[in-house]
Amino acid sequence: MTRVAKRIGSWIRNHEAVYLFVHSPLALIAALFAIITVGGALLAPWVVDTDPYDPATYRLADGFLPPAWQPGGDARFVLGTDDQGRDMVASILYGARLSLRIAVSAMAIATVVGVSIGLIAGYYGGWFDTLVMRIADVQLSLPAVLTALLIDGIARGVLPGAQRDELRIMVIISAIALSLWVNFARTTRAAVFVERNKEYVQSSQIMGEHPARILAVQILPNVLAPLLVIMTVDLGRAILLEATLSFLGVGLPANAPSLGTLIRIGMDYLFSGQWWILWLPTLFLVAMVISVNLLGDFLRDLFNPRLR
Amino acid sequence: MLTYVAKRLGQSIFVMIAVAFLAFALFRFAGDPVMQMTGVETSVQEREALREQLGLTDPFPLQFLRFVADLLRGDFGFSFRTRQPVGEMILDGLPATFELGLVALAVSLVVGIPAGVYTALHPRSVAGQGLLLVTLIGISVPTFVTGILLIFVFGVQLGWFPTFGRGQTVQIGWWSSNLLTPSGLRSIVLPAISLGTYQMTLTMRLVRAQMMEVMRTDHVRFAIARGLPFRTVHLRHALPNTLIPVITVVGLQFGGMIAFSIVTESVFQWPGLGLLFLRSIRFVDIPVMSVYLVLIGLLFVLINLTVDLLYAAIDPRIRIRGSA
Repeated sequence: MTRVAKRIGSWIRNHEAVYLFVHSPLALIAALFAIITVGGALLAPWVVDTDPYDPATYRLADGFLPPAWQPGGDARFVLGTDDQGRDMVASILYGARLSLRIAVSAMAIATVVGVSIGLIAGYYGGWFDTLVMRIADVQLSLPAVLTALLIDGIARGVLPGAQRDELRIMVIISAIALSLWVNFARTTRAAVFVERNKEYVQSSQIMGEHPARILAVQILPNVLAPLLVIMTVDLGRAILLEATLSFLGVGLPANAPSLGTLIRIGMDYLFSGQWWILWLPTLFLVAMVISVNLLGDFLRDLFNPRLR
Repeated sequence: MLTYVAKRLGQSIFVMIAVAFLAFALFRFAGDPVMQMTGVETSVQEREALREQLGLTDPFPLQFLRFVADLLRGDFGFSFRTRQPVGEMILDGLPATFELGLVALAVSLVVGIPAGVYTALHPRSVAGQGLLLVTLIGISVPTFVTGILLIFVFGVQLGWFPTFGRGQTVQIGWWSSNLLTPSGLRSIVLPAISLGTYQMTLTMRLVRAQMMEVMRTDHVRFAIARGLPFRTVHLRHALPNTLIPVITVVGLQFGGMIAFSIVTESVFQWPGLGLLFLRSIRFVDIPVMSVYLVLIGLLFVLINLTVDLLYAAIDPRIRIRGSA
């Protein structure tokens, strides 16, 4: 037993990142909350037994039940029920699942688009680089919420049938992705500038390798580290952005609520005493975002060479 | 200096034209104005006649020029949703948003700058650490959550402030102000705090970072070595140097206020431009959306231009580099 403990201990001490992580209480707490919230959201179908999107699984008569530890509460619904009789635990976890799905998809698209543009702009320079940087500057001065709202509005105007569910999700994912790609592009471009003049790149060029191959195989792996940090930090921003859009009512339709929609629904009951419909999704959202942000901060400080 | 100004002005005009083009493309191609304005009963010939009359069959560049001319004249078209002139709707909403933004900015500066100075000067104190924690929370919590929290604590539980609307307003010409009535003043408190919180935490962090940097500079150390009282050192020597970049960043962040005002106005049902824009998106009210786009573009261009020129006026290095 102690031999295993000694092996684990020396492994921790041999890897600086792991050591710093284990010795930072903030990072540990953040990781704990992140696992609870994100893990709960991802495993929702297996954690709860009712599907809040299926009207057959809940009854109106069960509505407005307070959490189980309050008078009038029902042991079946640990955190109470909302106005339709849906279990709060199920609604929150499924809502978080939807929020995460949208945020992660948007981030994936933003990464692919941003990194590609950054690679090309950094490697070739010239008019493409200037053009991209101008657009990026203009877009950076616009707040993300505004960009997302504008894109959503334009999409609604251009696609009349976009009221259907599937297209709504694509529109929202695109809107969030288009608000976030700039960070990826700029960081990749800066890193490519640094790598471009190094000898391994020059030797590949002399050997006659195709530029796309050089970018993908030689340069890209060396610029991944700062991208990882941005991805974690922007995940929090993407989740918040989606929640804000849903809260404003321009997110997903109400039959598939994400966390933001749940909060908006809960606001209607702010004055009438059913506090759990509002505050429980809010608490979950805030916990998820803060823990993801703290982890991102930890990663950023870890990779920051100036703090070494 | 003049070449720099001219270059920046030229860039700004270029950006404005691009924004106007985007707005015009939105206006022209997203949805069909004729379908919006006529009912189901109008015949095809009547629709064609209307199209001709509105000039929708003219070549593209001509329509764009007409669009720009209309904008410059102040003719913004009619809303699809309410049939009101868009210019009127904007003038109705503008005072509300402007006053809210102004009070929120004042709150964020009045609280943020002293708090930032305090945390910079007393980094190890309990209050300093506490304030830092508050900034961390302020950045991570979304704006609408702050708004809802404020409504719940101060509006519902304590009942000190009204929770929606502007209260009583006073008409001065075409401007309706709610800062002159007691109920109006009470209703602006919660929205302004909610809107200003994010800005306040950013300002606090920025002032703190700048102040800490400035305190290490030679002239401040010399002032301390000379034996000047700390208050003089901090207020007369350190603070002005701190504020220059802070002013420019705050100016740039003002754009963020516009976006967050959309959320805040939605939470508090504040009848301003943000709510107008939100409704126009929900109802796909293209004229309002495109005019809002142009106005926002204009606002950002003006802010960036002012900040750049201010910077150039203060920092001589930019002038020299810009005209080289």
